[in-house]
Amino acid sequence: MSTPTASLPSPTPAPGRSLSAWWQATPLTAVFAVFFLVPLALILMVSFWDFNEYELLPGFTFKNYISIFDGCGNTTEMCVTLKTYLSTFKFCFMVWLITLVIGFAVSYFLAFHIQSQGTQTLLFVLCTIPFWTSNVIRMISWVPLLGRNGLVNQGLVGAGLVDKPIEWLLFSDFSVTLAFVHLYTMFMIVPIFNSMMRIDRSLLEAANDSGASGWQTLWNVIVPLSRTGIIIGSIFVITIVMGDFVTVGVMGGQQIASIGKIIQVQTSYLQFPLAAANAVILLAIVLMIIWALTRLVDIRKEL
Amino acid sequence: MKRAPGFVPLAIVFALFVLFMYGPMFVIFILSFQGPEGGLTFPLRGLSLHWFAKLAEGLGVVDIGAALRRSLALGLAVMACTVVFSVLAGLAFRKKLAGGNALFFIVIASLIMPSIIVSLGIGLEFRLLDGGIKWALEVLGMQDILDEYGTALGLFTSALGAHLTWTLPFGLLIMFAIFNRFNPAYEEAARDLGATPWQSFKHVVLPLIAPSVVGIGMFGFTLSWDEIARTSQAIGDVNTLPLELQGLTTTVTTPSIYAIGTVTTVVSFIVMGITLLLVKLLGQKSKGRP
Repeated sequence: MSTPTASLPSPTPAPGRSLSAWWQATPLTAVFAVFFLVPLALILMVSFWDFNEYELLPGFTFKNYISIFDGCGNTTEMCVTLKTYLSTFKFCFMVWLITLVIGFAVSYFLAFHIQSQGTQTLLFVLCTIPFWTSNVIRMISWVPLLGRNGLVNQGLVGAGLVDKPIEWLLFSDFSVTLAFVHLYTMFMIVPIFNSMMRIDRSLLEAANDSGASGWQTLWNVIVPLSRTGIIIGSIFVITIVMGDFVTVGVMGGQQIASIGKIIQVQTSYLQFPLAAANAVILLAIVLMIIWALTRLVDIRKEL
Repeated sequence: MKRAPGFVPLAIVFALFVLFMYGPMFVIFILSFQGPEGGLTFPLRGLSLHWFAKLAEGLGVVDIGAALRRSLALGLAVMACTVVFSVLAGLAFRKKLAGGNALFFIVIASLIMPSIIVSLGIGLEFRLLDGGIKWALEVLGMQDILDEYGTALGLFTSALGAHLTWTLPFGLLIMFAIFNRFNPAYEEAARDLGATPWQSFKHVVLPLIAPSVVGIGMFGFTLSWDEIARTSQAIGDVNTLPLELQGLTTTVTTPSIYAIGTVTTVVSFIVMGITLLLVKLLGQKSKGRP
């Protein structure tokens, strides 16, 4: 991402002295310095350290990075790291696509089909309420539905559609993707809805008057003008899924690999330099994705 | 009234989406009221508060009550810090703030940073700090304190900081939204009447932004209350409720776990209810002013 420019959200200037501005910003600055910038710098530093079973050994070695890509030169079989990233990318892409389609459809319905503002607010709040309950609870709430003896299987067997319960519903790629969509579609809906609400309704009338069909208006007017929301939502969903280890762990029955999971497991064995090297690689990949996405839109302009 | 084309299919999509969001949650809500014979799935066997009682007794080695109290305490601390720091920073960003762009960029970067990375970094930072403190104590020859010293990782040190990196970006963005719509004429009027900056903040600005500030508080509390990823590596020896819950998903095979779900959801809704009530009261109060 490029450095923010003067296009930062510029609230109405307050009367008063500007000298006090910095002490007012100090607590927030201190928090991000101590709990964000320093930790990131330490991750980078420690990723070059050595370690044994008991402690970290300061130094400078590429050992951690080399061990991560150990065997990746092998062309016949893919190494663990590449496999893990491939699996993580797969979830990322699936979840991104599904949340985008659902998020766009729901936002479109709320923004353009609901005329009364009261109803609109009510339905929007209805969508956001589940966000306020625990993620783990929302994950395990799928267990009684998808389990071997769950409602879905009971229904399918009862209806005679299958002879015996389907096994792949729970603790599988399917259940992980489903849980992600359940948890994070909200992150798509809010920014896309926000973008759509700012579209000047007279543009739609103009498109209609010029003889555009519904699809043409959607594709040539609404989608480009909702782009900012789409990109912001995409950044949220992608960064969350890339680093996730909780959803993959709980919904995958601790069987599915993800890069976040690897970092978590390595820290639990106190292999901090290895975990740090993995975190640096993950961060580099996430930043590249975000950079590519922000090429498509200037987010700061639209805030 | 004639509906726009596409209304009916989209309305069906929307209804299905709402069902998808709420359906599973209602299922565990219902299942948590099973009788003593009940299991993890339907059919419902009896109706009782049995599993809530079991929950109150504790689940094996895990002290759910302590985890719940820790999460509440941490949530309240995060809420207080988020409100104070966000409001102060919001005020700062209205003025000429050298380096404000860089600060804003850092805050946004924190919002979209994968949580496991932030968590790992904070965990590392405090472990290195522990090493430094132990070394210093040894050099200074303070053996007694060294023997007592455990770790700097804790609920109100590393975990609080980790949560703030998640809640403050939301708080600051809400402050931007508020001040974008804020009319500075009120403050000018206060200043013309001879109010000091503090007086004009306390008597003019604060009452006007109060409902949104309450909203920031709610954001802070609920985001902290449910946070796992940023807490996971940064909390040390104790656990918050969501972390305990995550562990319990693999070990507890009774509807007690659904009972926890019902309890935590109820707490979330109580917080939201109180917030909405406060916002309404504050809104009426400022409207009632001449």
